[in-house]
Amino acid sequence: MADPRGFLTIARRTAGYRPVLARVADHRDQALPPDPGLAGSQAARCMDCGVPFCTSGCPLGNLIPDWNELVRTGRWREASDRLHATNNFPELTGKLCPAPCEASCVLALNDDPVTIKAIELAIVDRAFAEGWVRPQPAAAATGRSVAVIGSGPAGLAAAQQLTRAGHEVTVFERDDAPGGLLRYGIPDFKLEKQLVDRRLEQMMAEGTRFETGVDVGAALDPIELRALFDAVVLATGAQRHRDLDVPGRDLDGVQLAMPYLTGRNRAVAGRPAGDAASAAGRRVVVLGGGDTSADCLGNALREGAAEVHEVAHGEMPPREHDPQQTWPAWPRVLRSHPVHQEGGSRHWRFETVAIEGDGRVQRVRGQDGSTIDAELVLVAIGFSGVEPDPVYPGLEVRIEDGRVRGTPDDVFAAGDCVLGADLIVTAIADGRRAARDAERRLAARSTEPSGRWRRQSSVSQASGVPSRRPSSSASCSSSSQL
Amino acid sequence: MGLHDPRFAHAACGLAGLARLDGRADHELVERALLALGNLEHRGATGADPDTGDGAGILTALPDGLLRRVYRSEIGGELPPPGHYGVGMVFLPRDPARRLRCEELCVRICAEEGHRALGWRDVPVRPDRIGALARSAQPFVRQLFVERREGDADGFERALYVIRRRVELAAAAAGVPEAEFIFISLSARRMVHKGLLKAGQLAAFYPELTDAGFTSPLAVVHSRFSTNTLGTWDLAHPFGFLAHNGEINTVRGNGNWLSAREPQLSSELFGRDLQKLFPIADERWSDSAKLDAVTELLVLGGRSLPHALAMLVPAAWTDPTPGLNDEVRAFYEYHAALVEPWDGPAALLASDGRQLVAALDRNGLRPLRYERSRDGLVVIASEVGVAGVDRAAVVESGRVGPGQMLVVDPGSGTVRGDREVKLQLARRRPYRRWLAENKVFLEDTAPRDPAPIADDRLRRLRSAFGYTEEELAIVAEMASSGGEPTGSMGDDTPPAALSDRPRPLSAYFKQHFAQVTNPPIDSQREALVMTLRTSIGAIGNLLGERPADCRRVEVPGPVLDGEQFAQLRELRDFQVETLPTVYDPAAGADALERAIDGLCRAASRAVWGGSTIVILSDRDVDADHAAIPALLATAAVHSHLVREGARARCGLVVESGEPRESMHHALLLGYGAAAVHPYLALAGLDAEGRRRYIGALGKGLLKICSKMGISTVQSYRGAQIFEAVGLGPRLVSRYFPGTVSRIGGIEADDVSSTVALLHARAFGDDPQVEHGGEYRLRPGGERHAWDPDSIVRLQRAVRDDSADSFRAYADGVDAAAATATVRGLLEPGPVGPPLALGAVEPSASLVRRFASGAMSLGSISPEAHETLAVAMNRIGGRSNTGEGGEDPARSVPDPDGTLRRSAIKQVASGRFGVTAAYLVDADQLQIKIAQGAKPGEGGQLPGHKVDGRIAGLRHSTPGVGLISPPPHHDIYSIEDLAQLIHDLRCVSPAAEISVKLVAEAGVGTITAGVAKAGADHVVISGHDGGTGASPLSSIKHAGLPWELGLAEAQQVLSANALRDRVRLQVDGGLRTPRDVLVAAILGADEFAFSTAPLVAAGCVMMRVCHLNTCPVGIATQDPELRRRFAGTPEHVVRYFLFLAEGVRELLGELGAAALDDVVGRAELLRQVGHPAGLDLSALLEPAPGRGPGAARGWVLPLADRELIARAAPTLRTATPVRITATVENTHRSVGAALAGEIARRHGDAGLPAGAIRLELRGVGGQSLGAFAPRGLEIELDGPCNDHPGKGLCGGTVVIRGPEGQTAAGNTALYGATGGELFVRGSAGERFAVRNSGATAVVEGCGDHGCEYMTGGTVLVLGTTGRNFAAGMSGGAAYLLNADVARCNLDTVALEPVAEPADRATVLRLLERHLDRTGSRLAAELLEEGEACLVRFHKVMPHDLRRVLEREATREAVAAGG
Ligand SMILES: Cc1cc2nc3c(=O)[nH]c(=O)nc-3n(C[C@H](O)[C@H](O)[C@H](O)COP(=O)(O)OP(=O)(O)OC[C@H]3O[C@@H](n4cnc5c(N)ncnc54)[C@H](O)[C@@H]3O)c2cc1C
Ligand SMILES: Cc1cc2nc3c(=O)[nH]c(=O)nc-3n(C[C@H](O)[C@H](O)[C@H](O)COP(=O)(O)O)c2cc1C
Ligand code: SF4
Ligand code: SF4
Ligand code: F3S
Repeated sequence: MADPRGFLTIARRTAGYRPVLARVADHRDQALPPDPGLAGSQAARCMDCGVPFCTSGCPLGNLIPDWNELVRTGRWREASDRLHATNNFPELTGKLCPAPCEASCVLALNDDPVTIKAIELAIVDRAFAEGWVRPQPAAAATGRSVAVIGSGPAGLAAAQQLTRAGHEVTVFERDDAPGGLLRYGIPDFKLEKQLVDRRLEQMMAEGTRFETGVDVGAALDPIELRALFDAVVLATGAQRHRDLDVPGRDLDGVQLAMPYLTGRNRAVAGRPAGDAASAAGRRVVVLGGGDTSADCLGNALREGAAEVHEVAHGEMPPREHDPQQTWPAWPRVLRSHPVHQEGGSRHWRFETVAIEGDGRVQRVRGQDGSTIDAELVLVAIGFSGVEPDPVYPGLEVRIEDGRVRGTPDDVFAAGDCVLGADLIVTAIADGRRAARDAERRLAARSTEPSGRWRRQSSVSQASGVPSRRPSSSASCSSSSQL
Repeated sequence: MGLHDPRFAHAACGLAGLARLDGRADHELVERALLALGNLEHRGATGADPDTGDGAGILTALPDGLLRRVYRSEIGGELPPPGHYGVGMVFLPRDPARRLRCEELCVRICAEEGHRALGWRDVPVRPDRIGALARSAQPFVRQLFVERREGDADGFERALYVIRRRVELAAAAAGVPEAEFIFISLSARRMVHKGLLKAGQLAAFYPELTDAGFTSPLAVVHSRFSTNTLGTWDLAHPFGFLAHNGEINTVRGNGNWLSAREPQLSSELFGRDLQKLFPIADERWSDSAKLDAVTELLVLGGRSLPHALAMLVPAAWTDPTPGLNDEVRAFYEYHAALVEPWDGPAALLASDGRQLVAALDRNGLRPLRYERSRDGLVVIASEVGVAGVDRAAVVESGRVGPGQMLVVDPGSGTVRGDREVKLQLARRRPYRRWLAENKVFLEDTAPRDPAPIADDRLRRLRSAFGYTEEELAIVAEMASSGGEPTGSMGDDTPPAALSDRPRPLSAYFKQHFAQVTNPPIDSQREALVMTLRTSIGAIGNLLGERPADCRRVEVPGPVLDGEQFAQLRELRDFQVETLPTVYDPAAGADALERAIDGLCRAASRAVWGGSTIVILSDRDVDADHAAIPALLATAAVHSHLVREGARARCGLVVESGEPRESMHHALLLGYGAAAVHPYLALAGLDAEGRRRYIGALGKGLLKICSKMGISTVQSYRGAQIFEAVGLGPRLVSRYFPGTVSRIGGIEADDVSSTVALLHARAFGDDPQVEHGGEYRLRPGGERHAWDPDSIVRLQRAVRDDSADSFRAYADGVDAAAATATVRGLLEPGPVGPPLALGAVEPSASLVRRFASGAMSLGSISPEAHETLAVAMNRIGGRSNTGEGGEDPARSVPDPDGTLRRSAIKQVASGRFGVTAAYLVDADQLQIKIAQGAKPGEGGQLPGHKVDGRIAGLRHSTPGVGLISPPPHHDIYSIEDLAQLIHDLRCVSPAAEISVKLVAEAGVGTITAGVAKAGADHVVISGHDGGTGASPLSSIKHAGLPWELGLAEAQQVLSANALRDRVRLQVDGGLRTPRDVLVAAILGADEFAFSTAPLVAAGCVMMRVCHLNTCPVGIATQDPELRRRFAGTPEHVVRYFLFLAEGVRELLGELGAAALDDVVGRAELLRQVGHPAGLDLSALLEPAPGRGPGAARGWVLPLADRELIARAAPTLRTATPVRITATVENTHRSVGAALAGEIARRHGDAGLPAGAIRLELRGVGGQSLGAFAPRGLEIELDGPCNDHPGKGLCGGTVVIRGPEGQTAAGNTALYGATGGELFVRGSAGERFAVRNSGATAVVEGCGDHGCEYMTGGTVLVLGTTGRNFAAGMSGGAAYLLNADVARCNLDTVALEPVAEPADRATVLRLLERHLDRTGSRLAAELLEEGEACLVRFHKVMPHDLRRVLEREATREAVAAGG
């Protein structure tokens, strides 16, 4: 039972970040590694609430008070089990989640919330270090097959759940490496890619197949895909950019944030950066006041930009809020990311009415006539939903407002493509949800013959994949569902 | 149908026994007995008809002269000589034809038994002298004369017994109800006159009782107070042998065991006649009737009356009991093998017509005083001074102590005290040797480590038995702390039947608990009467007395560790058989029942084959075998063997993986197991852990027993003290016969599918142990009504004043409740066409029916407490102080008109802060009998919560922990409650009196009793009510949903025409307008809410209220956390206004213009859906409720009004006044009314000392000087009855009793906060219990003196009883010639009186005592001067010492720099 007085005697503290000078000099993780000792003492602040609002605040329903208690009493391995029971990829959320759980924490009402996210990270970090994160292949194969389109956190979570349930799962990804936005969307200083890779290794060892470079809809006919698999999970994200419709948008040196970020991330990964602009030595203006703009800011600083201005059209949110009014919901307050300590300046109530320049961008102009000089302008004003893609009509999926609304019985959509551009944690949760739905469907159909999946193309190499029994009822493939 | 069950009826009373030591039969004795009966009238009761009593009666020897005379004149001829004829007093049907048949039956059976019926005579009666209700039920009373034709006198008594029993059985077989036809006595030695009468009506109804020829050397009289009004004539006492004041709590078990052992009974005296007596006691009889029956059997079977009573109602003897003689202990121990105690409060007066025997239960829970006069009259009675004996003629006066006996034998002219009687009994046989030679003790050796269970199997077993993480944590906590974990707030999860999770069978059972009609016990502080000791094996012949009858295995407690279990299994001298209780769950739907049948057959075979110990074991659970739920297996085998007549031949031991919590063990014991080996719960614990875990279970079991007022696990065994909620009729009648289960529910196939489900999971791929979520919300765990959605919506609603958010809250909660609560299954139907909102009773009127629940300042912060009070005052509802007192400053409005006063003032068992001023400052006084979250339990406010402010209000020391005892020490029975109500009314006549009860089977009957005791208002609390701190097991396992309790109360009150006397309030988990509406329809007039308004004020259901760390500043006294409190009265006001608006809307929809239009109209409800087979039709019986019923008008007794009149000038001007008067025992609560008058005018400060002085002579009634404040002095020349100085708050009470004798009754100074009490002579049990400020001197006292004392000073100049200073945490006591063995040293130490301050105190008190009482003892001690001090000891509480030392250091530090 929790330490009843922990929160009264211990103040909130997190491991924090590397020194600014050191971290802007490289693309490595900006955060200091998690500190197990600190996590242990911070976990003692948890009150083991009768109604754990943190858990209901966490989209995954993580059993936060349980693992807090386990960490407090040094039972890390059990903590890791308990954590992984609800969260496939705690290393992602532990690093990148905005932690709505902490906003919901009862202590947030009139005190500082428990450092839930840091504890989560400490647990998974320790689990990897100790080798507790091992493949958990299914005990028995079901003989059912599932295709997952998209390898972002939603697709990965669904794939892992379904694989562990004994289904044969193939993940199709149009990019050259799996991971979705984790791979090339989110900068390395927030998420080092080996974290993604080691998780993928676990998944492959469990038997999940990855087919990269396969753009479903273009390279693979969705109709055929549906015919081949017992179920399809659609997790294609919501990467359609919102764009700016102002004079000068097409000037040179004005770029959407994602191509910029993706290119720079690819460059960091040692791959061709494509047509991504470089911020090095330039005066950079990032239009937008959200997470993507912050990532652009951080990336630009690391590239060695001369100046970076982050320009938002809205009001500056209040710095303080009254939790009595908002708790346990996510309060609207000024959020500053670690990159904001690193440099750059933030501008509020600046509505860009024009981008000016002479072939090349020179400045941006606001509604009040003021200007900011710029050599590179990155447009990071949000996402508007799924990209136009033949995969949707091909799968008979209905799209409204840029989101998937309505799928056929054997297609299950998950992640940003359903929710709109959202979060990793919601993507994982939704992927798990979709996996459950698919499971239910597969179970309901378990009396029908199956095994229509035949190996189509070469499987991306999965080292150490245990050799698996061939699909037991391959011979029954004649029966058709369509 | 309905919910009422006559088995729930309770009764209590006053009784008296008189005997002449010269053995002469005279009429004066009978007259005195009738006088005594009249003087005990206040202990009886009347129901709706004020002229119909609950019963009164008298037992006498046969008045030979009178009988001879009437025989001659009415029947003709001469009666045989005394002893050669017997007389039956018979209630007969009024219908002549039926009567004739009954009479013929009697005559025929007499002849068949070899004796001759001489004739019948009508007993003259005067129906015009009794109440109409009594008259309508009145039987025809006749006497039957029987001539002895053969055998000796004892043989004739036996024959008459056989005749009576045969007649009764034949009548029962013919379907004649006992109320119509019954022998109220048939004997050649005794006769009984009784009826549904008031005490004063007995002689009027039976005029021959006043005939000078009606003579007897002894008599027993009894005046009854029953919870039911629909009493019948046969239920009056005395029975054939005895009169009983109290209640046998274990009666179910005692009755079952009695019938179980019938096949084993054999008696040379009865011979073959024995068979004719069976069943010895009818299952439907009252506890007293059954006790009478078994007493009769034992006595006629050859034992003396004292012997029989000593067996049935033994004193505490197991663990070291100070002063208990070894031989007597052996006597008890031997007889414990023959019969389990008939346990519960009991003052017994019994007579076989020759001796008069008085006996008191082990805990001394009823008063029994005796007196002997110079001319040889002995009077034993509930009160002293009832028989009008001249005080000057009294040569001896005393009391019967706990577990003691007094035997008066007119034949030999002797009075024998307890010691003498018991020693004589003990020396009858060489019991010690018999025990040594026959009884086997399982060694208490160091436990070997049991063979460990492999990890994988452990996980699978845990999964198969449905363990949860939470339960494992509970086991772990028990294994580390040796106690059961504590929690807070109510249980807001669905009943087991409605849960979505696989719930164990045990979750369908609820513990019973004692309320009002008998007291729960404090198993911790009164451990000396409690015992876990258990013996296992065949039960001996009750009628025999052979060495081999005690051939049993004895264990220190019923939970066996591995070592003890192994020893048991290997016992060589006993035939032990192990029966596996596993089966193949895949073998079809009826596999479980077939397995149970097989098991029962195997058990029969084993027992008839000679096994005396049968072990039921589920060790063999594996992938192919699941366990029959241990509870089901045990109950099935137990009831099967009972039915087969084989039960007494063996002891049942359960070896199971299933039991883990104490409730699980209690169930196994309650359904027949003698011992349990919980191998799975023990697995994984180390030796120390196992020891502590078993220790914790032991404490838990004692707590469960003590909740019901039961002291010994041995009598708990098989007593079935549970009610089932959600078990179907077939399951219950087959396996749990006799268990109350009133709303239907699951059947065996449901149980079997749960087993199969768990088994499949456990032996599948992923043997899970779920979290559970029973105690704390978890995704996937149990559902809770308070979840983030409901909490946040409600808080939004009240903070933003958002009706929409409130609606979302209410809709969400109701939707969830639809599948999670009883009320959710009930849908109200319309009264008429829908009404516009404007036509419905306004909110302003509805909110008057709302109250915030009792929450003590102490459990919640002053900020939260005042917020609730302000809010309730603002809307015109009422708030409740809870049990911790209230600062009088809060009764003065703030300048802006804000009033922080609580309109309801609670009077709870701790009596903290209950002074006269507190009482007069109440609109309603609420006597808290029980609380939903922990019925039958007391409470504890740990020292760290007792800050200066709380200590001030509670009259205690900061930092010193405070205990609220489980019972009110002045309410051990219903007549005691009536007395407390009388006390409170005297002090505070304007206040309504409310009594708070908790729903359980039988609460309706108790409510009726409470109504009869004079309450205006009754609260029925649901089991799910909140709490500041309770053991988790109590939060979960005791009490019922209020729906059941409320419906039952409504039905029983209506049936007894008592509904108009009380308003009903309901509480426990009320949250929404719909809840209010359904409660109203089920009978509630008013509604109380605790948790919901707390949530409105910011509570987030943290459930750490008990830890003082509430993060929102509600349930905490920590100043830092209190600052975090963000609730406001507006929040609470809005909650109640939203609620009222919602109720209006619902009423409008139903077409009801006012809430009163639906109150009690259960027929408006319809059950929607029957999940799990639930059937609520019993709740929906229409109970018209309002009906004719005499409105009860209480008036202050004349004597009190006179006192007030005489003191009137003083009350105004404080000019001293002296008033003299004579008093009798019937003058109760003398001084209380004056106390109220003083407090109303002068508050707690009172008048100058000595302003009003009452000088009384005679015998003081109960509650002499109750709540006397400063300025009131009462002096009595003579002894007094129970509760003198109760609640004394500054006044002085002086009792000049007979020196060296008993002067004052039990429970003096209960809850006193100040003042002085001087007693010349000694006092009874529990002297100065819960004293927190009074000073007292007494010359000796009974058991449990100074219990729970937290302040004040007590000087005892004589012997104390046992268990002195139990739970004492403050104040000081000084003992002359202290006996350490009689002190409970758990919380105190004895030290010499050395400090100058202490020395001065003792001397000063001696002087005061001498001055006020003229005590010779004080005079002698003072003559010795200071020298006498070496003979004194000081009793010093550890807690207090710690606090004082801390202060001393602090001062030293301060002084030093
Ligand atoms: C710059 C940036 C920073 C962010 N930072 C954070 C953060 O710190 N914390 C946080 O919680 N969230 C962050 N997010 C949001 C988060 O990354 C997303 O919400 C999340 O990745 C959504 O997961 P998803 O699986 O639904 O889709 P995605 O991650 O978008 O994955 C979809 C995948 O589907 C593939 N795909 C699409 N169509 C096809 C097709 N037809 N055939 C084959 N493959 C296809 C795509 O190539 C892509 O790999 C950030 C987002 C961005 C853009
Ligand atoms: C913190 C707290 C303290 C309580 N203290 C008392 C008390 O001192 N006396 C009492 O009779 N009931 C007490 N109760 C019980 C309530 O009076 C009431 O019966 C119960 O909480 C009603 O159920 P509800 O909380 O679901 O509305 C307490 C309840 C709570 C929550
Ligand atoms: S995933 Fe996010 S919301 Fe959930 S616990 Fe982790 S940090 Fe909190
Ligand atoms: S809400 Fe905060 S304090 Fe409560 S259980 Fe969750 S993390 Fe712990
Ligand atoms: S449950 Fe108790 S601990 Fe506080 S938040 Fe509520 S009062």
